[in-house]
Amino acid sequence: MALIRITSPHAHRAGSTGNVMLTVLIATLPGLAAMTFFFGWGTLIQVLWGTLLAVAMEAAIVKLRKRPVSFYLTDYSAVVTAVLLGLALPPFAPWWVMMIGIIVAIVIAKQLYGGMGNNPFNPAMVAYALLLVSFPVQMTSWAAPFVMTGEGWSVLSLGDTLGAIFGTAGVSVDAHTMATPLDIMRHRGGFTTEEMWVENALLANGIGAWHAVSAAYFMGGIFLLYKKIFTWHTPVAMLGSLAVISTLFFLLMPDQYPDPFFHLTAGATMLGAFFIATDPVTSATSNRGKLWFGAGIGMLIFVIRSWGNYPDAVAFAVLLMNLCAPFIDQYTQPRSYGHAKPNRGMK
Amino acid sequence: MKNTVKVHSFHGGIHPPENKKQSTGAPISLAPLPSRVVLPLQQHIGLPAEPVVNVGDRVLKGQLVAEAVGRISANIHASVSGTIIAIAPHPVPHMSGMEAGCLIIESDGRDEWIEHQGLEDYTRLPKQELIEYIRQAGIAGMGGAGFPTDVKLHLGDDHIVNTLIINAAECEPYITADDMLMRERANEVLGGIEIIAHLLKPLHIMVGIEDNKPQAIRALHAALDNSPLNLDIVITPTKYPSGGEKQLIKLLTGVEVPSGRIPADVGIVCQNIGTTTAIYRAVVHGEPLISRIVTVTGQAAGHKQNYEVRIGTPFADLLDHSEVRREQMHRLVVGGPMMGITVSNEQIPVIKTTNCLIAGSIEEMPPQPPAQACIRCGMCEQVCPAELLPQQLYWFAKGKEFDKARHHNLFDCIECGACSYVCPSNIPLVQYYRFAKAEIRKEDEEQRKADHARIRFEARLERLEREKIEKEERRKQRAIEAAAAQAAKKDAALSRATTAPASGTMASGAPDLKQLKSNAAIARTKLRKAEKALANAQEKGLEGIETLQATLQQLQLKSEQAEKAYTDAQNTPVQKHTQTAPETDLKQLKNNAAIARTKLKKAEKQLAAAHESGDGDIDALKAQIAELQAKNIAAEKAYKEAESGNNPATAADIDTAELEADIAAMQGKVDKAESAWKAAVESGSPAADKMAAGVDKLKDKLKALQDELTNLRSSASVTPPATVDTSALESEIAVMQGKVDKAENAWKAAVESGSPAADKMAAGVNKLKDKLKALQDELTQAKVSTAAKPAPMTKAEPATSLKEMKQQVSIMRTKLKKAEKQLAELAEGEANPALEADIAELKARHDVAQAIFNAAEAEKAADAARQGIDLKQLKIDAAMARAAVTKAERALSKAEADHKQTLEEELLAARTEAEKLNSTLERFSE
Repeated sequence: MALIRITSPHAHRAGSTGNVMLTVLIATLPGLAAMTFFFGWGTLIQVLWGTLLAVAMEAAIVKLRKRPVSFYLTDYSAVVTAVLLGLALPPFAPWWVMMIGIIVAIVIAKQLYGGMGNNPFNPAMVAYALLLVSFPVQMTSWAAPFVMTGEGWSVLSLGDTLGAIFGTAGVSVDAHTMATPLDIMRHRGGFTTEEMWVENALLANGIGAWHAVSAAYFMGGIFLLYKKIFTWHTPVAMLGSLAVISTLFFLLMPDQYPDPFFHLTAGATMLGAFFIATDPVTSATSNRGKLWFGAGIGMLIFVIRSWGNYPDAVAFAVLLMNLCAPFIDQYTQPRSYGHAKPNRGMK
Repeated sequence: MKNTVKVHSFHGGIHPPENKKQSTGAPISLAPLPSRVVLPLQQHIGLPAEPVVNVGDRVLKGQLVAEAVGRISANIHASVSGTIIAIAPHPVPHMSGMEAGCLIIESDGRDEWIEHQGLEDYTRLPKQELIEYIRQAGIAGMGGAGFPTDVKLHLGDDHIVNTLIINAAECEPYITADDMLMRERANEVLGGIEIIAHLLKPLHIMVGIEDNKPQAIRALHAALDNSPLNLDIVITPTKYPSGGEKQLIKLLTGVEVPSGRIPADVGIVCQNIGTTTAIYRAVVHGEPLISRIVTVTGQAAGHKQNYEVRIGTPFADLLDHSEVRREQMHRLVVGGPMMGITVSNEQIPVIKTTNCLIAGSIEEMPPQPPAQACIRCGMCEQVCPAELLPQQLYWFAKGKEFDKARHHNLFDCIECGACSYVCPSNIPLVQYYRFAKAEIRKEDEEQRKADHARIRFEARLERLEREKIEKEERRKQRAIEAAAAQAAKKDAALSRATTAPASGTMASGAPDLKQLKSNAAIARTKLRKAEKALANAQEKGLEGIETLQATLQQLQLKSEQAEKAYTDAQNTPVQKHTQTAPETDLKQLKNNAAIARTKLKKAEKQLAAAHESGDGDIDALKAQIAELQAKNIAAEKAYKEAESGNNPATAADIDTAELEADIAAMQGKVDKAESAWKAAVESGSPAADKMAAGVDKLKDKLKALQDELTNLRSSASVTPPATVDTSALESEIAVMQGKVDKAENAWKAAVESGSPAADKMAAGVNKLKDKLKALQDELTQAKVSTAAKPAPMTKAEPATSLKEMKQQVSIMRTKLKKAEKQLAELAEGEANPALEADIAELKARHDVAQAIFNAAEAEKAADAARQGIDLKQLKIDAAMARAAVTKAERALSKAEADHKQTLEEELLAARTEAEKLNSTLERFSE
C-alpha cells in the first residue's frame, strides 16, 4: 500500500457538524412534546411542515449553487432552523406563514449569505421577525392551552388542526385561540400587574402550561450543556441579566412591572436562551464575548417587553445582538498564554 | 503516590485515545545492527554539521564524523563501525519529504567502538569544560525539537535558574519511549539529572510525569531512594499537550513563559528525560549520542515495542524487525499522532529526535472526511492550550488577513493539533495556521529586504548629491584660479606688447581659451558666409566664382587653424586636470569627436559637389578629407579611451548599465513568474493566488529598480541622451501597452469564467496601467524638453516640412478629440486610467507638435517677409480665392443654361487665381 503523506494531527475525534445539529434536535424534543401536549397538534404539524419545506429549499438552493446536495443536507442545519421556527410560530398559523418564513430563513437569511457558517443573523429569528412585522394577526393568535378544557376549552383534533392550518373550509380556530400572557401583559391598559391577573382568570389558570413548556426547554438546554454543544456563558448571561433587571424594576415598582419569574418563563425566553442565542454562527465567539452577548440579549428582552411595541422580544433582541457580535469579538479576545493582558480592538 | 507540589492547570487540552498499552508489554530490546546507516548532517535545530571524514574513510563506532558549526549546532558520530560510502543528499525525516546532506556508512558488522572513557569525577572539572565535554557528545534535545543541549546548559551563565524541570510527561498518544526508559533505566535518568543540576544549580528540581505511567513513577521513586538528588516527582493528570514545554511549566509552577521569550527568562530550564540519559552516558561512559529508544507501534506492526536503535538506522530495517505488515500500513507516522510527520519513504533514517514510528492502518488513521463549514462552535477555543481563538485565526488565515491573525497571537500557536482534533467540521486548522505563519514570515523577510534596499538606495542618492556639490565647488575653485591666472597673463602680455597674441598664448602655457574660442567661432562664421555666397553665386550663375572659391579655401584654412589652436589650447589644461575634472574632459572629447565627424562629412559633401560640378580642387579636397578622417579617428579614440577610463564620470554610467542589466534580469523573472501564474490560473491550481502575490512583489521590485535607474539618470547629470531616451521610452511604452492589453484580456477571461483570481488580476492590470502612464508621462516630459532645445532635435524629427507638421498637429488634434469623446462616453465615475493617460499623452504630443509647427511657421513667415511677401496676406488672399471658386461653383450649379457660359469662364478664372495663390503659399510653407 502506498504510504500517504499528510500533515498532523493524524488523530481526529469522531464527530461531525451533523452530529452537533442532531444533538440540538434531540434537545428540542422535550419542548416539542410539551408544546404538543399543552397546545395541541399545531406545533408538531408546524415543525414537520417547516422541516419538509426547509429541506426542499436547502436542496434546491444547494443544487443551484452547484454543490453536493447530500453533503450539505446531512449537516441538518436546515432542519434545526425549521424546528426552531416551528416551535416559535403560533400553533394555528396558516401554512403559508411557515412557507414564507422558511423561504426567508433558508434562502435569504442563510444561503444568500453563503450558506451555513456565513450568515450574520440567526435565520429562524430573521424569519420570525419578518413574519411578526408583516402578519401581526396570524402571528399573535396563540392556541389556548389544554389545561382549560375543564372550563369548556378543548384541544383541537389532529384533523381539525390540519384543516385549520392548511385552510380547509369550515374549520374555525377562533374558539381555540387566545393571546399569550406576554400579549395580555403588554395590552393590559391601565391595570396594574396584579389587577391583570384578576381580570384574566383564564390566563391565571393557564399560565402553568407556559411554565411547563419553559421547563422542558430548560431541560433540553441542560442536556446540550452536558453534551458540551455550547458553554454556559450565553444562556447564563442572558437569563441572569434578564433576571437582574426585571428584579430591579419589580422591586422598585411592583405595580407596573411583572415579577422576574414571569419574564423568565413567559414567551420564548427559555427557547431563546438555550436554542437561539447559543447559535454559534451568529453569536460572539470567545467566552467573554458570549457573556456580553448573552447579557445584551437579556437586557434588550426586558427593554422591548417593557417599553417596546411588541409583546415578546427574543427575536428582536437576538437580531440586535447578532449585529453587535463582530464588534464584541474585537474587544473580548481571551488573554493568550504568555501575554500579560488580552489584545483588544482590531488591526 | 501523592504530590508534594501543587499541580496547576493549563487552559484547554484534549484526551485522545492513549494507545500506549500496546507497546509497553515487552522490555526495550536492541534493534539489530543495521547494514548501513544514514546520518543526516542536520538532526537538530541550528546549523548543519560539517563532515570531517571523506568518502572511503573507515570509521569506528562513536567516532566524530561531522563537526558542529557555530554555537547552535551539534556533532555527529558514527553509530556503527564501517566505511563512509557517500556524503550526499538523501531523504530525511521532514514534513516536506525533502532530501538533505547525509553521511552514509556501510557497516562492517564488527561494531567496533572507538576508544572512549568517561569522566571519573565530573564534579572536579570546571563547568565550562564539562559542558564542552557534553557538547562533544553531540547531544540535542531528544523530546522532539532537537535543541542542542549544551546551549541550554549554558543558560546558568547569564540567567538565574531557579527551577529545573525534567519533562517526562510524554503526553502524545502511542509513544512510550520515555515511559520504558524510566521503567528500565531510572538510575541513568537520575544520574543525568544530577549532572544537569550540578551545572545549573537550580533551587528546585521537578520531574513532570503524567499519571498514566504508574510503573515509571514507581521506578523513579525507587531509584530516588539511592540518590543524593533532592527532587519532586510531580504527577500531572493525563491531558494532551501537558508535555508541551510551556504547558508543563504552567502545570508545575503556575508560571507562564512570556510570549516570545524562553523559559530561562523566568528562571526555568526544561530538559527531556531522554536527554538526561544521553548526558549520563556521555559523561559517565564517554559514549556520544549514537543510539536512542524508539517506539514501534501501530496496528500494522507485528511487534509493538520499544527498541534501542542506532541513529541512522533506516526505518525499513526497524519496520522489518517489527514485522510490520506493509499491506496493512497506510500511514507511517514519525513521532506521535498529534504532531508527528508522515513519511512515504522507508529509507529515511532514525535521527536523534525520532521517538516513535507508527505503522498506522487505514482503520486507526482513516483519511479525514471533507471539511464542512466552520460554524464557530468554539470547541477549538475550549481546547486551545495557548488560549487563542482558533476559529478566528482560521477565518483570518482563510481570508489572508494576516495582520489580524498576528493581532490574534497567531505566533503563540504551538501547532499541537488539539483544535483540529475536536473540530466537528473536520477543518484542518493547523494547516491553515502553518500556512498563515509561513506567509507572514515570507512577508516579513521581503519587507526586511525592501527596507535594506531602500536604505542603501537613499545612502547612494545622498552620496551622489554630495559628490555633485563637491564637484561644483571644485569647478568654482578652478574658475577663480583661472581668472587669476588670466589676469596675470594679461599683465605679462602687455609687457610683451609686440609678440603675436596666439603664439604668445601658446608659449605662455596658459592660453586664453575664451579668446581662441571666439576666434574660431568668427572664423567659422566667415567661412559659412563665404560658403553661402559661393552657393548663391553658383546657383545664379554669377561671375567671380573662382575668387569666391579661393576666399573660401583661405577661410577654411584659417578656421581650421583657429579651431586647432583652440582645441590644442583646451587639451593642454584639460590633461592637467584629468584627475580633478574628468567629466569636463570627457565632454570635451566627445564634442571634439562630434566636431571632427561633422567636418569630415562636410568635406565629403564638398567633394561630392565638386565631382558633380566638375570644378574646384578635387585633389585638395581629397587630401583634406584624409586629414579629417585621421583626426576624426583620433578624436573618437581619445573619447573612448577617456570614457572607459576609471573615473567618476563613467562610474555613474557603469552604475546605470549595471542597473539596466538588473532590470532586464528582473523583467525576465517577472515574465517567467507571470507565465507560471497564468498557467496556474488556467489549471485552477490553488497556488495561483500565492503566485499572483509573488508576481506582484516581483513587479514591485522591478519598479523599484526602474525608479532607481530613473533617479540615477536624472541625478547623474551626465548630459542625458535625450534622443535615445525618447525612442527607448517609446519602445518601452509600446511593450508596456502590449502587456496591458494582454493582462486586460486575461482579466476579462477570468471575470467571464468567474475565476477567483479575477480581483487580483484587476489589481495587476491597474498597476500595469499606472506604469504605462508613468512611462508616457516620462516620454512627454522628455519630448517637451527636447522640443525646447531647438535645432538638432527638430531636424531629427521626421516632420521636416511645414505642411507635414501641420498635418501632424491636426492628426494629433483629431486623436485627442476622439479620445476625449471616448472618455466622455464612458459612464461617470467609471475611471479609465489608460484612456486618461492616452489623452494626457496625446495632449502633450499635440502641444509639442503645435509648438514646433508654430515655431517653424514663424520662421517661414520671417523668411517670406525678408523676400517681401507677407505670408499672412498671402494666406488671406488664397482663402478668398478659394471662396470665390466655391461661390462660382455654386452659382454655376444653380444657373440656367444661357448663363452657364459666362459663369464657367468666371469659375475658370477664379480657379486659376486660387491655384496660383495656393502654389505661392505652398512654396513658402514648405
